[in-house]
Amino acid sequence: MEEILRVEHLTKVYENGILANDNVSISVNRGEIHAICGENGAGKSTLMKVLFGLEQPEQGDIFVKGEPVRIQSPSAAIKLGIGMVHQHFMLVDRLTVAENVVLGNEPRRGILIDREAACRVTEELGRKYNLEVDPTALVADISVGLKQRVEIIKALLRGAEILILDEPTAVLTSQETRELFEELRHLRDAGHTILFISHKLDEVKALCNRVTIMRGGRTLGTYELEGLSKSDISRMMVGRDVVLKIEKEPASPGAVELSVRGVEYWSELGKKMIDGVSFDVRRGEILCIAGVEGNGQRELVELITGLRSGGAGSAKLRGTELLGRPIRAARKLGMAHIPSDRMVYGVASSQSVKFNILAGKVEDARYTGKLLFRDRAIDRDMEALARAYTVKCTSADQTVGMLSGGNIQKVVVAREMSQEATLLVADQPTRGIDVGAAEFIRRRIVEMRDAGVAILLITADLNEALELSDSIVILHGGKVVAYFADTRALTEEEMGYYMLGVKSQTPEEVEGAVHAS
Amino acid sequence: MSAFFEAVGNVAFAAQILRVATPILLAALGATIASQAGCLNMGLEGIMLFAALTGVYVSSMTQNASWGAWAGLLAALAVGALLGALLAYLVLHLKTDATLAGVAINVIGSNATVFLMYVWTGSPGTSASQKSYVLPTVSIPVIRDIPVVGTVFSGQNVVTYMAFALVAALAFFLYRTPLGLRIRGVGLNPGAADSVGINVVGVKYLAYVLSGVLAAMGGAFMSMGYVSWFARDMTAGRGFIALAAQAMGRSTPVGSMLSSIFFGFTMALSNSMQSLSIPFELIEAMPYACTILALSAYAYQQTRKKKQSSGG
Amino acid sequence: MHHDLSGQSAGNEALNPSAQQQRDPHRGPAGKGGGLGAPRDINSRFELIRMLVAILIGIAITALVIFAVSDTPLESLRYMFIGPATTPRYFFNVLELMLPLVFTGVAISLCFSAQQFNLTAEGIFFFGGMVAAVAAITTKLPDGLHPFFCILLAGLAGGVIGAIPGLLKYRWNASELVISLMLNYVCFSVSMYVIKNHFRDKDAGAIVSYLFEKTAVLDKVVAKYRLTTGGVVLAAAVCLLAYLFMYKTRWGFSVRAAGANMNFTRYTGLNVAFAVIGSQVLSGVVAGMGGAVEMLSMFTRFQWAALTGYGWDGVIVAIFARNNPRHVPLAALFLAYLRIGADIMMRRTGVQMEIVKVIQAIMIVLLVAESFLAKTRHRMVVREATRESIVAEEVA
Repeated sequence: MEEILRVEHLTKVYENGILANDNVSISVNRGEIHAICGENGAGKSTLMKVLFGLEQPEQGDIFVKGEPVRIQSPSAAIKLGIGMVHQHFMLVDRLTVAENVVLGNEPRRGILIDREAACRVTEELGRKYNLEVDPTALVADISVGLKQRVEIIKALLRGAEILILDEPTAVLTSQETRELFEELRHLRDAGHTILFISHKLDEVKALCNRVTIMRGGRTLGTYELEGLSKSDISRMMVGRDVVLKIEKEPASPGAVELSVRGVEYWSELGKKMIDGVSFDVRRGEILCIAGVEGNGQRELVELITGLRSGGAGSAKLRGTELLGRPIRAARKLGMAHIPSDRMVYGVASSQSVKFNILAGKVEDARYTGKLLFRDRAIDRDMEALARAYTVKCTSADQTVGMLSGGNIQKVVVAREMSQEATLLVADQPTRGIDVGAAEFIRRRIVEMRDAGVAILLITADLNEALELSDSIVILHGGKVVAYFADTRALTEEEMGYYMLGVKSQTPEEVEGAVHAS
Repeated sequence: MSAFFEAVGNVAFAAQILRVATPILLAALGATIASQAGCLNMGLEGIMLFAALTGVYVSSMTQNASWGAWAGLLAALAVGALLGALLAYLVLHLKTDATLAGVAINVIGSNATVFLMYVWTGSPGTSASQKSYVLPTVSIPVIRDIPVVGTVFSGQNVVTYMAFALVAALAFFLYRTPLGLRIRGVGLNPGAADSVGINVVGVKYLAYVLSGVLAAMGGAFMSMGYVSWFARDMTAGRGFIALAAQAMGRSTPVGSMLSSIFFGFTMALSNSMQSLSIPFELIEAMPYACTILALSAYAYQQTRKKKQSSGG
Repeated sequence: MHHDLSGQSAGNEALNPSAQQQRDPHRGPAGKGGGLGAPRDINSRFELIRMLVAILIGIAITALVIFAVSDTPLESLRYMFIGPATTPRYFFNVLELMLPLVFTGVAISLCFSAQQFNLTAEGIFFFGGMVAAVAAITTKLPDGLHPFFCILLAGLAGGVIGAIPGLLKYRWNASELVISLMLNYVCFSVSMYVIKNHFRDKDAGAIVSYLFEKTAVLDKVVAKYRLTTGGVVLAAAVCLLAYLFMYKTRWGFSVRAAGANMNFTRYTGLNVAFAVIGSQVLSGVVAGMGGAVEMLSMFTRFQWAALTGYGWDGVIVAIFARNNPRHVPLAALFLAYLRIGADIMMRRTGVQMEIVKVIQAIMIVLLVAESFLAKTRHRMVVREATRESIVAEEVA
């Protein structure tokens, strides 16, 4: 087998100090479908970005066909024969398929675009690789599966020999997924090499020749898939490097605070993202919704917190429906929410720490009279909150945008946790922040639980899920596939089986997530 | 009412529409190409003023009746290109808000032209004291002999013909050439354009420069065709009207042309109504009110479309 | 409202820092801030430096141009920069010009704070002047009350007009920018229509309205000058109220939050509709009042023939004031001083006053260009960061 791509000792550190790739090595053979598997945050996407020239590594060597190369831009990657199909398609909706295919690479006739040639190459490539698509259709009008084909054709037209597909099936229906696999096998048989990034083990088993497992930014090794069971892969993917310990008493759950029943949601593209999810969150308990990203938890939490509209079913906070009502209403009822993306939702980064903490309390009689704010109380309490939540800033008048990620997250946490909430939705509360800040936030969540608040935790971090939560609901493919009333006996291997779709509980067991109220 | 039809029904009126629409159309085409690349050119008004003054000044300096006006036009276009590049630099490099950068260009254009005109002519009002040249009108053989049609379509200023030719040229450029495709690609999805190796900032620069050139042609027409001198703030908001024409024409060359003609019609109407007892101010307000309605209707339709597609 | 939980929620505990929480050694004394103004830190210091640099560059360019075009450059410069302070008349001229700039500056600050690029202030100012003129001609009220009734009416009209782009933006996401530009012309044409067709004094030569009722005209501060007491008081009141609104009330808070991050505003449950529509309505009210004050201070009959340009000047004022009504008077004074200075220079030495508007535009570009002096900002931040880490090390 001839080697086409080799990466040696590659290290990538992001500006915020996160070590995304740590001494990564991988070797890929010509004409294979090579899977890259790993949990969220294992470093797969970073590695692919480096290979496609979107990120520059700090250290390490890349060899394409035995030659050492530096890939400084997507164009450089394209020249080396590397093509990428992004998870979010890079297509112009209002142009035709053929126009998208040739964009930046247009066939000419005099000063004109040779439209016929554009259509012809699109069709020819389509026929050759079994990727047929109508070149004159507007991209906006075609299905997701076809859009993906267009992306593949784009890469092939630019001479891609190595094709990177970043979680290509996340947006596809099962029928489209089957078709994609046919197409990929066809491409492989024609001599192309495919890097297939996924955490869907069924798909990896069905499609790929070899798999490289990544965990915590490192590569654990490359294995022939033949003879490797799904459980083997799962175990390697989810093994814990650092065992996190959080001191907490066993929960003593009280009455049901949030009850979610039969929630369903279809994406704009018509894919069913949430399929009949039901569970309850009780006071004084931390319920974790775990799952591999893309299995519906994003949509679920956005529906409950009001950031997303649409969907069916119900989510009631102490009997009052939340779905389809404004966020204001939910917050007035006692919901606090740590959002997953602090820069998009969590803070107004050009405003002060004080401003950001106060944002949730502007109608609180402690801070506002009938007309005017009570400045003295605001100054005193916001400063005290910033201090209580150990926000490292020169004063509460400092611009939030100038703080580090961990401190920005503490500002968000300070605001949300001081809201006198009865329900806290904590969505990836410690993602991408330093260990100290993360530990602080986790401890605070436990304190709130002990104070009787119902906590809905959404996390992609298995350590956090197991250590922090009292009970766990696991989502796979938009469905609840497991419920564990007590996490103490649960192991990460066991969780991995459910998250990756190796196992699922019986409907009766899953029913446990719904408590009689 | 009969007076109304007398004013509107004659052929001279139809010819006037084309004349009045010309500067708006050119600036609207400028707005269109910027918008196609995903850029906002809020500075059309200022660019037009600079171009109008440049044209008059250069043509006057040449002291040459045969090609002086053409030299003026060329110089005006060059100034337009420079100002387009300046706007691009402010927005793309210095990261100035596009609206405020445009407002600044307009304030500068409105005042610097008066300042420079005064330095040149010693008058702060108009440049009429200096002899300058106008771009020629064109009498088209055959067509000029056809009754009615000849009066409307022949004998217009050369820039008017250029403006309408540019509608076709711009449509051709945007929809048929590789560069046009790239401009549209950058405007519609810069990420996608970037991922196939297109220089997004470069394309936007180009769009701003071309936008400046088109607006400049409209400005030059004002002072070297519409009238034969430069006057303080002579564009009188045509740059903003052009923005509205582009928005109403959905950023397509033909759409911008149609809305520019509509504006030309109402402006010509209010001009010829001045002698009548009909309150021409209300007629004057009509195109703006119509634009507001059209933009609202469009926004309403877009919102509904979005709602329908996201409704589960 | 959650009595069952209050008192035991984590929020209240959080206000009493427990022993385990370390004290941050570099934090300044608590309570040093005051209320909810803009952030005060290295960034705000940088903004101040940038403003000074922009003004210096502006003045330098002015001086250069004057040297280039003037026969008596030193004299021109003296008239330009010192002239307005030399006689009471000139100084009153500055104050008279400052008033409309204060109104439009506050109006623009209100909607720019919410990141709403509503430029209708230009048209509303004109329309407000017309409304006040009509009210001043047609109504009969006692002396003290009459002008304020006219101004109130103009403010209401301005609010209604300001609501149009606001509503269209909020409901259907229509561009408030283009719509407000169009509205300016509608305001102008409709105002001219009303005056010309219904209130035109045909005995006067030019197109002007009938004379206002004597009772409707605002009283002068000093009989010789046109500055009016009512105008000054109203301008001060508008600044103060707008400042209180924006920085001391929950409604103003939502406006500023929307300006900083619309997603954040929605997510924290603040009132997005108010932030978008309310800011534009209030902006319209202030601009309308401004037009009325100008009309009843400077004129005895409606005699505007073109848009005044004060709306556009308001943009410059708002940028200098960083959208804070508290700083608007200073910014307006600065602008008015420069304009009157340029005017004196023009009349004395023949250097056209338009130069100063050009310079103002250059200054605002330097103020809003994010990357201007970016290296200086970076150096300042780095210096601050290293200083902090040294302090931290020492403490450790």
